[in-house]
Amino acid sequence: MTVTAREHQPIELDRVVIRFAGDSGDGMQLTGTRFTVVSSLFGNDTATLPDFPAEIRAPAGTLAGVSAFQVQISDHDILTPGDAPNVLVAMNPAALRADLPLVPPGATVIVNVDAFDERSLEKAGYAANPLADGSLSRYKVYEIPMTSLTMEVAKQAGVKPRDAERSKNFFALGLASWLYSRPLEPTIEWIHKRFAGAPQVLDANERAFKAGYHFGETSEVFESNYQVPPASLDPGTYTETTGNTALAWGLIAAAHQARLGLFLGSYPITPASDILHELAKQKHFGVRTFQAEDEIAGVGAAIGASFGGSLGVTTTSGPGVDLKSESIGMAVSLELPLVIVDVQRGGPSTGLPTKTEQSDLLHAMYGRHGEAPVPIVAAKTPSHCFAAAIEAVRLAVRYRTPVFLLSDGYLANGSEPWRLPTVDSLPRIEAGFATETNHVDPDGQEAFWPYMRDPETLARPWAPPGTPGLEHRIGGLEKADGSGAVSYDPANHERMVRLRAAKIAGIAADIPPVEVDDPGGLGAAEVLVLGWGSTYGAIAAGARRVRARGLQVAHAHLVHLNPFPSNLGEVLSAYREVIVPEVNLGQLWRMVRAEFLVDAHSLTKVQGVPFRAAEIETAVLDLLDSLGRHAGAMEGPEAS
Amino acid sequence: MTDTAVVTTTRKDWVSDQEVRWCPGCGDYSILAAVQMLLAEIGAKRERTVFVSGIGCAARFPYYMNTYGMHSIHGRAPAVATGLAATRPDLDVWVVSGDGDALSIGGNHLIHALRRNVNLTILLFNNEIYGLTKGQYSPTSEQGKVTKSSPFGSIETPFNPVSLALGSEATFVARTHDMDRKHMMETFRRAHEHRGSALVEIYQNCNVFNDGAFERITSRDVRSEMLIPLEHGRPIRFGTDGSRGVALGPDGRMKVVDVAEVGEEALVVHDEKADDPSLAFMLSRLARGPYEPTPIGVFRAVERTEYGDAMSAQLIAAQQSKGAGDIDALLRSAGTWTVSG
Ligand code: SF4
Repeated sequence: MTVTAREHQPIELDRVVIRFAGDSGDGMQLTGTRFTVVSSLFGNDTATLPDFPAEIRAPAGTLAGVSAFQVQISDHDILTPGDAPNVLVAMNPAALRADLPLVPPGATVIVNVDAFDERSLEKAGYAANPLADGSLSRYKVYEIPMTSLTMEVAKQAGVKPRDAERSKNFFALGLASWLYSRPLEPTIEWIHKRFAGAPQVLDANERAFKAGYHFGETSEVFESNYQVPPASLDPGTYTETTGNTALAWGLIAAAHQARLGLFLGSYPITPASDILHELAKQKHFGVRTFQAEDEIAGVGAAIGASFGGSLGVTTTSGPGVDLKSESIGMAVSLELPLVIVDVQRGGPSTGLPTKTEQSDLLHAMYGRHGEAPVPIVAAKTPSHCFAAAIEAVRLAVRYRTPVFLLSDGYLANGSEPWRLPTVDSLPRIEAGFATETNHVDPDGQEAFWPYMRDPETLARPWAPPGTPGLEHRIGGLEKADGSGAVSYDPANHERMVRLRAAKIAGIAADIPPVEVDDPGGLGAAEVLVLGWGSTYGAIAAGARRVRARGLQVAHAHLVHLNPFPSNLGEVLSAYREVIVPEVNLGQLWRMVRAEFLVDAHSLTKVQGVPFRAAEIETAVLDLLDSLGRHAGAMEGPEAS
Repeated sequence: MTDTAVVTTTRKDWVSDQEVRWCPGCGDYSILAAVQMLLAEIGAKRERTVFVSGIGCAARFPYYMNTYGMHSIHGRAPAVATGLAATRPDLDVWVVSGDGDALSIGGNHLIHALRRNVNLTILLFNNEIYGLTKGQYSPTSEQGKVTKSSPFGSIETPFNPVSLALGSEATFVARTHDMDRKHMMETFRRAHEHRGSALVEIYQNCNVFNDGAFERITSRDVRSEMLIPLEHGRPIRFGTDGSRGVALGPDGRMKVVDVAEVGEEALVVHDEKADDPSLAFMLSRLARGPYEPTPIGVFRAVERTEYGDAMSAQLIAAQQSKGAGDIDALLRSAGTWTVSG
């Protein structure tokens, strides 16, 4: 952090990482989200990491019930929610106990001292009050009676004492807003809109918010406050978005571009449900959402809708993909467009429903019986979920194939400012329904052959019911090449297996080459970091840190995992060492080794949280060290 | 829905070029013929007709129909058909299924399609056995049934498909059998006319693995004594000269009675349109199995908003209140700010 002190002015910072932590019922996700939105509106770059338990209300006051929201705000473009908080706001002892290990010495800790009673301390597992026993001496601790101050002002709004206490997250938001010189108006405006239906609650929240702000200003508890100036982001119109919202909008935009009705068949599952919620709201776009009886019905109905000429989509997470596998295999055989959105979470089995992981790549790749290749597209940042969704739809429609779209819990719930694309810049997608017969029988009869292929894409015609003369039957049994009639002929089966594989492999010619971020040009560095999905931010930030030390490193990030971009082999061979960081046990790493015989290194982490930039940096430095390149490198400033 | 436009087709127009591959003598043949003849008779359009099936002997049905069709995977036909019917209200979507497909592996999809009232005509070929996998007991096989997978007799209680459908909030439930083409065609016609989910249980003989399962009630010589035809608004009578009937006993139970003994006034008058399905349910429980007098025909036919229609209504209402969707407005809907260069 660079700190510039000015007389009577907030102290200017280039960036700050704040972590709001409290009980699941304390509203920390809302506090963090509002702080983020206000900061984005103010012009900062932001990146967030919501971190909450799977239980809706785990026992109050326990470590298991701690819900946290970390946000980094900055005056320059940033890629991650930050490795370590500069400020921890802890609403109770459990939050302090759970999250203090993340906070480096010297950082600020703001606690709601009202919550540090004997019972709460005991629930959190504290033998002695950490505020009194000197164990926090390495931190700058501010003890604020947030509950009682909130109760006092909320009571004036006429709410019952029990409810008055619930506004304390707005007190915390007000205090943080003062501490970092955030404008008040956007939050007040939002409170008015959000609680318009409950005037007393509105009044209580507004009073608590202002009380928090004014407490900071007048109490002289804090020596000074801070300012993080706006970032110089690319010119344009921005919005703050999460991955799930951007993904839902991408599906709507893609259906619009293809002039197809969008049909979502989905069963509620964490962390994908918000896509269903978002799409269910957008009925005026002609979006049909079907909350199915189970995961299988969700994908089955989507396939039925695609057969009928709609864009069939199903959204889920890993456990749902398990259940959908047979149906996805059927879609491979039917050769109908289908998008399967897998918002990955910690596995196996129920695993860690609210925590992130990248462990479904091989599942998407190989998780079906038989030779059943499926294209895979992976989003790399929350806002990139929009473009990734459009790309998945483009491939599904053009190649008449199911396509996997991989997101994960970190992207789904994390948010960032997004420079909005113009509608004109979105790709055109052609449904290209079949309108006429495509074959003449030996007896001169015109016929429609559902498995005649386009010579360029190898895609088959899509002929939704309703077109006279194109009546045809399709199914999961092997089909004769061309006519689509049921065929058990051995040679035909081999031909069809190879045709289906060739169709998917051929997509490589229709996707952009993988870009390499190597400031010296392709192959200038010795080490290439190859990533996919949500590790993008951490890898890019880690690479910046390495370069800030005067060392070289390259970064390539895959959006298409199957097929790979056609230049990937060439890129990999341009580097002496390749390292593949993944939030799994090395799935892409296995794929590139198998495909390119490259002796890549695997860097893995499976803790339900994203990589930190520092972890990538260390891994690259270690590798450079082993090549004898580390010696004498200067200590670089932290970048994020 | 019946098309009013006159399209003249014959059964031949509905026959596909695929060779029918059921075992000779299988009851499926007569069901196929009844469907093809019905579609020709009512002037249905081939391009607007879709047959969706799962897996099993019955599931080969779509291949034999010269219409649009999908032979999907085991148990999932109602799910696939739901997506199709909900997005294409203009189509006639038929689901062809069997007792294993619909009631075992696909039970969940069946009950939910019925509950939602999706516009599907569901033909459930009930032969009380697994045919395609060569003769294991099914969820409708009677207790004690000896099969390859139950050499000491099945220990399971079978489903009664009509009871299950009624309990699933179905708006149309009927039963017919493969030995009576006229009754099949009439029942299918009623089911097809119904807007919403229509379930028809068809007693179907699998002459290879469960021959004669329904013989005791469907063979010509016993039929009049063993089948109880249901006719809306009429007292429920059967037997030679209508000598037997169905009445409610003083204990509230439904039972078969001698009309001469109780008098015609005592008979239950069949009301397929009754909002309360309780009497229909009692009728479905009248026979404990296909060896006691068994009601056939339409048990229930009530009107309720069809699923796809309800879905479309919400779309139209949203478009009327918000206007047609605008992508640019969508992207800006969460609030924006501008960074100038
Ligand atoms: S096994 Fe039974 S049901 Fe299947 S085709 Fe043969 S006779 Fe018909």
